[in-house]
Amino acid sequence: MKEQKRSLLRNDAVQSLLASLLCILIGLLVGYVVLLLINPAGAGEAISTIVKNFMTYSRRNAQLKYLGSTLVKTAPLLMCSLSVLFAYKAGLFNIGAAGQYVVGAGASLYCALALGMPWYVCMLAAIAAGALLGAVSGVLKAYFNVNEVISCIMLNWISLYAVNTLLSQVKEATSPYTLNLANTNPDAILPALPSFCMAWFNDNQYVTIAVPLAVMMAVLIWVLLEKTKMGYELKATGFNKAAARYCGMRENKNLILTMAISGGLAAMGASMLFLTGFEQWQCTQSSIPGMGFNGIAAAFLGGLNPLGTILSSYFIQHITNGGAYVDKTMYSAQISDFISALIIYLCGFVLFFKYALNSRMDRREEKKRAASAEDREKGGTEQ
Amino acid sequence: MILLLQYTLIFASVLLLVALGGCFSEHSGVINIGLEGIMVMGALGGALMMKFLPAGTPAIAMILLVVLAAILLGMLYSLLLAVAAINFKADQTLVGTAMNLLGTAGATVFVKAMNTAESVDNVSSTIQYIDAKKAFLVNIGSFEFNWFMLLAVIALAAAYVTLYKTRFGLRLCACGEHPQAADSVGINVYKMRYAGVLISGMLGGLGGIVYITAGVSEWKFENGVAGFGFLALAVMIFGQWKPTRIALAALLFGFFRALGNVYTGFDFLKALELPSSVYNMLPYIISLVVLAFTSRKSRAPKAEGVPYDKGQR
Repeated sequence: MKEQKRSLLRNDAVQSLLASLLCILIGLLVGYVVLLLINPAGAGEAISTIVKNFMTYSRRNAQLKYLGSTLVKTAPLLMCSLSVLFAYKAGLFNIGAAGQYVVGAGASLYCALALGMPWYVCMLAAIAAGALLGAVSGVLKAYFNVNEVISCIMLNWISLYAVNTLLSQVKEATSPYTLNLANTNPDAILPALPSFCMAWFNDNQYVTIAVPLAVMMAVLIWVLLEKTKMGYELKATGFNKAAARYCGMRENKNLILTMAISGGLAAMGASMLFLTGFEQWQCTQSSIPGMGFNGIAAAFLGGLNPLGTILSSYFIQHITNGGAYVDKTMYSAQISDFISALIIYLCGFVLFFKYALNSRMDRREEKKRAASAEDREKGGTEQ
Repeated sequence: MILLLQYTLIFASVLLLVALGGCFSEHSGVINIGLEGIMVMGALGGALMMKFLPAGTPAIAMILLVVLAAILLGMLYSLLLAVAAINFKADQTLVGTAMNLLGTAGATVFVKAMNTAESVDNVSSTIQYIDAKKAFLVNIGSFEFNWFMLLAVIALAAAYVTLYKTRFGLRLCACGEHPQAADSVGINVYKMRYAGVLISGMLGGLGGIVYITAGVSEWKFENGVAGFGFLALAVMIFGQWKPTRIALAALLFGFFRALGNVYTGFDFLKALELPSSVYNMLPYIISLVVLAFTSRKSRAPKAEGVPYDKGQR
């Protein structure tokens, strides 16, 4: 077969895109059915609200402003999904992105509020804290054979309680929330975009350099994984640890390094949200923020490609924000969490989908070839 | 002191039930990370049954029906893992994680919808079952005996006998160690793995209802089960996939979890003036340390997590 004759469906990227769209479609469909079951009266409106998100506002200015708000939260989500993706490429399942995100928030807010550091120091502190936490999981896996999923979950809870305790020192006297960042330490707020860019979001003050920075990180991770020796080694270790060692790669070092980078990415994401002042940390929080878990959804929905995750992160955040607008007298905002969880579940079937698609096309091609061979044979006997 | 014993036993019961569930699933060759979600679903089933049974229901009928509801919902939910992991050869970690998120989100959506349907102002994610819960408790002096503790002991005995003394149990283990060999002597690996996952759904669901009724107040479904499904997995690993050792491990972990609830009752612990979050962290820290020391020579089933493909050699 000639190369150009291969069907478009054979292309791996096309297949991934197709599979992701299918996951989204089925996820939204099941979400719609659940809404119908709860209350048939408002289901159509609710699902369109979720999909529309900021478009539900009729005024253009409001739309722009809330587009900005969605982007503010897309940046940390993109970082979390890069974290999950990076680890997964090296054969590790970093469910600890949630915990690394938590320590990132803790470190950046503590540096900003208690120590009065400028934003870049706060961000570096977050990255260091996250990398350290990731490295702990890596060391436990490399030298003690502890499954990274379980150690990550334990560390998630430990970090949540530790950060709650730490940030209680810088909380407001009357509320469980941390001090207002803009009043306490304006230096720690991330720089805004140039003013002509700010107009795109109707001067939403929370849109900062975090958004383009996150996109740049996605490109950087893609380059690191696809174009460098280090990325190649990390991936090789993930495919086959024994083979990697045989080729002279230090598999334990690679494993720990992977987890550290992965942790740093998630924690950096947290600093990108909390250093905008968009949200304050609630020191009595009893459940782990969902950002890290949504990162898993975004990573897999993006076909495990750093550039794909830019789109998928935006989509997941888009419907999560949209969920906040549904009619609260009928439905709860968690319906969006439900839909994104469903999408993660469906992503489990992607491999099978690709396999089925490929083998179907193989069979069809074989039939065609057999048919043409038969024709030739027939032709041969008739002559 | 009696309070500490009481909480230790009830938390140990939860961990024991769920860890045994994980143990069956892993012995059949499927890693069940989704135990947490299964627990939430079981808890939902049990709590709904408690809410809707009329107040005058005799205690024994109440116990049986609630347990049945929890088990049923847990098993149904575990089918999500079984179908994906066994028939479609999906990544078991990914599917399990999705199930955990789906369980919590789904249960919250459901409970909130139910509450707002009853009264528009009610946006809480709790189910009222405090009165019905009394059917499970028997006071022996100041010790509050819970029928679930007995249930956990029965489950332990049953699990031991099933795994080691029956044909079914031995075949199940064979499927987790070397499925190709098991298949070659005529065992249906797919069926056995379904059985393993369903049993884990059953025990996980039961563990879920025990967990939410263990606390004093009503459980908020938004919180899921706070990592208990994963603590149970740690218990299972520490117990080296063997029921009797799992029971001992469950007692140890249950003790540290209980300490967080009742530490204020001990003068010397109070005198240390540690923040309460230290006690909240304790079970997780202990489990990390314990895992670090026991995982090196792991006795995990050899073929766990590997999808079985008949055509593969």
